[in-house]
Amino acid sequence: MVKQALRAILSDDLPRSRWLAVVLVAILVGLAVAPFLFPGAKSLNVAAKICVFIVLAASFDLLLGYTGIVSFAHTMFFGIGAYGVAIALTRMGASWAAVAVGVVAGLAVAIVLAAVIGLFSLRVRTIFFAMITLAVASAFAILASQLSDLTGGEDGLNYRLPAELRAPFSFGDTLFGVRLNGRLLDYYLVYLASVVLVLALLRIVNSPFGSVLMAIRENPFRAEAIGYRTVVYRTIASCIAAAAAALAGVLLALWSSQTNPDTTLSFDIMVDILLMVVIGGMGTMYGAVLGAVLLVFAQNYLQDLLAIAHKALAGVPLLANFFHPDRWLLWLGVAFILCVYFFPSGIVGRLRNRR
Amino acid sequence: MKRDWLPLLLIPVLGLAALPLVGSAASWVTLTVAGLAMGLMIFIMASGLTLTFGLMDVLNFGHGAFIAVGAFVAASVMLALAPWMTADSLWLNLAAIGPAVLAAVVVSGLLGLAFERVLVRPVYGQHLKQILVTTGGLIVAEQLLKVIWGPEQITLSRPTALRGAFLLGDIAIEKYRVLAVVVGLVVFAGLALTLNRTRIGLLIRAGVENGEMVEALGYRIRRLFVGVFAVGSALAGLGGAMWGLYQETVTAAIGAQVAVLVFIVIIIGGLGSVGGCFIGALLVGLTANYIGFLAPKVALGSNILLMALILLWRPQGLYPVAKR
Repeated sequence: MVKQALRAILSDDLPRSRWLAVVLVAILVGLAVAPFLFPGAKSLNVAAKICVFIVLAASFDLLLGYTGIVSFAHTMFFGIGAYGVAIALTRMGASWAAVAVGVVAGLAVAIVLAAVIGLFSLRVRTIFFAMITLAVASAFAILASQLSDLTGGEDGLNYRLPAELRAPFSFGDTLFGVRLNGRLLDYYLVYLASVVLVLALLRIVNSPFGSVLMAIRENPFRAEAIGYRTVVYRTIASCIAAAAAALAGVLLALWSSQTNPDTTLSFDIMVDILLMVVIGGMGTMYGAVLGAVLLVFAQNYLQDLLAIAHKALAGVPLLANFFHPDRWLLWLGVAFILCVYFFPSGIVGRLRNRR
Repeated sequence: MKRDWLPLLLIPVLGLAALPLVGSAASWVTLTVAGLAMGLMIFIMASGLTLTFGLMDVLNFGHGAFIAVGAFVAASVMLALAPWMTADSLWLNLAAIGPAVLAAVVVSGLLGLAFERVLVRPVYGQHLKQILVTTGGLIVAEQLLKVIWGPEQITLSRPTALRGAFLLGDIAIEKYRVLAVVVGLVVFAGLALTLNRTRIGLLIRAGVENGEMVEALGYRIRRLFVGVFAVGSALAGLGGAMWGLYQETVTAAIGAQVAVLVFIVIIIGGLGSVGGCFIGALLVGLTANYIGFLAPKVALGSNILLMALILLWRPQGLYPVAKR
């Protein structure tokens, strides 16, 4: 019974490795009890960020890992979702109606834009898509910082969340010494939404539609010959990925009550997502989950480690610079390249192979 | 073979269409020279990328790294030769710029060789991995630049002789832009002559059209490709050095920023075509300057619009390279 239910929930795509299953359960449970286990604003913030980036990386994996197309515009859709909610909350005041309007508008813009870019550029060659998305995304980031009346420019938007999600709101006393306030509610909203979205993406990649995407990844010419219109499938895949990324953006906007270009649209975030998916394992939703957890941790805690090394090497002139806390991306970049060469299926692939 | 002149007409058409919109002839000349200068600098950086793609089907997303390295190396040399830069003599100024540019070209070229050997060679024929690995290379290179030169931006001022503008009546033309146009045209002429009048050029063009055939005839296309890659990287370094002087600041992000323009240009031109790349670069440069003057808010969007319009007209770019 339990096993069947589990299979149904995971869309028959089990971890297929004991260690992977252990790690995944640890992540699921760890994030669920994080507010009680590690109280404090910073750790709760890290936990919520992990949830958001798990969704974002999983949606990117749908494109990169399952369909075999590289998009550099994934943060653009992330930003569209975040800005949709942010603008609606700024303009209409802190209400749930504003959130709904923002979500619907953000989703619509993201899907239409993804369809237009896809039909424009996926017709010719996938390498076109990579370049065109790069160009469109950088134009969009500049546009967002130029239209300061709407988006708040470089500073972004600061807005009030609906009352139920703010710290003063309380729905009881304390539980295990943690105050039951709006922030906690907000965290669980983000957490549950991420779980649902990841399971939905898992469902999509394990559906017949997902099999067609993988067929296109392996051999587009043959998929076309069997009778599947590759352009249509690739475009639909990029629309779904865009919608999921926009929803991840919505979650970020609902969590942080501020939205600015640096946290949603910058090329740095794009690089982060790329690292998450490749290091975690392309073509496995679980890889995206692992990669997101690893990278957000590295971002927040690898710097501390590097700071120690930096101090130890303070006397050596050039070498110390390599271990400057701000150079953490250097090390992850090297790990990324090594992953592409030696472990194309990432951490998940390694875990599954050792059994 | 019948020549396809239609895309070439786009440049004068664009220029003439902008004339009534800009209004005054003096500003139009200034903008046009600025646009040509910008376009030619982008062409210098883009030409190598489009050739390596045409020849080996390798698209290097890390091309921006060579641009940034060129800019940084040139900036360091020029800062070291600061007294010559500020001297009030054209010859001393050139004596500072010459070594700086030479160093930029040599270092970028060597880096290109290493990049090809370490990163690109293992992933021939695998597009997805190429994109990923070369993007990874760009990330690492950008961080290494920060390790070596520090994270702050470097401010660079142009040498005395290249500051200011020539005044012809009420038309002002910045001196540095004239230099950029001259250098750009020399590079284009050099490339065109090499490609069309030498044996190596013949082989490269043949390789772009049909690499297997060239191999079958007994030429080592791999060696040719490594050479083209190194020259392309060196040109990117040259372009980066010029771009750094043009912007008068150098940051580690310069590579990724300019790479976006470079990509737009080679898409417009048709991947693999040097002639298309030349026209595309000039179109992008001119559009950026005209629109920047007429409606500054939408300046960067204008490049995307230009690209979209051209792809609607010719989905494979201006001069599609027929293969694959």
